[in-house]
Amino acid sequence: MSGPSSLRTPLARVRALGSSHSGTRDFWRQRLTAVAMVLLIVPVIAVVLTLVGSNQAGAKQLLGYLPIAIILLLFIVASTWHMRIGMQIVIEDYVHGEKTKLALVIANNFFCIAVALASIYAILKLSSGV
Amino acid sequence: MVELALPKNSRITGGKSWPKPAGATETREFRVYRWNPDDGKNPSVDTYHVDINDCGPMVLDGLIWIKNHIDPTLTFRRSCREGVCGSCAMNIDGQNTLACTKSMHDVGAGGAVKVNPLPHQPVVKDLVPDLTNFYAQYASIEPWLKTTTPTPQKEWKQSHEDREKLDGLYECILCACCSTSCPSYWWNSDRFLGPAALLQATRWVTDSRDEATGERLDNLEDPFRLYRCHTIMNCAKACPKGLNPSKAIAELKLKMVERQI
Repeated sequence: MSGPSSLRTPLARVRALGSSHSGTRDFWRQRLTAVAMVLLIVPVIAVVLTLVGSNQAGAKQLLGYLPIAIILLLFIVASTWHMRIGMQIVIEDYVHGEKTKLALVIANNFFCIAVALASIYAILKLSSGV
Repeated sequence: MVELALPKNSRITGGKSWPKPAGATETREFRVYRWNPDDGKNPSVDTYHVDINDCGPMVLDGLIWIKNHIDPTLTFRRSCREGVCGSCAMNIDGQNTLACTKSMHDVGAGGAVKVNPLPHQPVVKDLVPDLTNFYAQYASIEPWLKTTTPTPQKEWKQSHEDREKLDGLYECILCACCSTSCPSYWWNSDRFLGPAALLQATRWVTDSRDEATGERLDNLEDPFRLYRCHTIMNCAKACPKGLNPSKAIAELKLKMVERQI
């Protein structure tokens, strides 16, 4: 990007590389996942409270019940997706070095996908009774 | 990264305290940001005492009194002195507003009236900010009627209902109080268009006579140009005309979603 000392005109600096024609999808998905989490948070807390003090066999029994496993899976998908978008916005807001920003955006994506997959794997494993 | 401290050469050091005007019975203390590009010194805050019995009630009246009676080198922009031109936008007691419509008796709770230039903009001198980027951003939204249909002989017609949709948008005077109060604009003013330019963009997107609505939305649809707005709402709090740029930006985002779903 050209700095203020550049000889480009102010309008050229503002127009820069043009509009990316994107952002709306993430904006919409962030709201969609937020609404999903509002709906899912009460049953998820109820499941977690039920599991307090329970052993693995008890967890397997509870998660073996399909609606409960689905609620937990939906919550994991909604929350990790929301987390990915939210963190990316924070990075874009505050990190201005293009290389650092790129590295952090990549790390954020990897981290969120890893958390999502690990959680989904754990739920599926428990609910399938393996 | 975001810089939380000012650069070394922008940090405020000291400042001159000017003597109270002789013979004044009632005075009000003004602490005013000073910076001169020619002397190579850091900015300072000078203290002045304004004779309030010899001066109008507004902060701008106080500044003009200081310039006329104490220190002619004090530099600030002003023109209409009635909240129409937007020239005297500055930070008064921590709030961006127009010096001409802000009463000095409503700020500072009887203490000093603190006057600084609009935040996070380069300073030209004293209270004069460099708004080059701000104006270029306004130009980038192409604030004029765009049509393909041949211009009618008399005028482009608009229903009363459609005209009403522009209320709350057309009144903007481009004083920059909103944009310079917005943290998103502070951190990313090179790419985020800011509340003022986006409110103006909404004004043209909303105009029933305009034929370039989609093209305008295309130009705005960008994670930085538009979506840096996180509805912090400092803009609505700062606007001296009582407008709500946050709401205007929300309307833009709604239109973006509407054309995708």
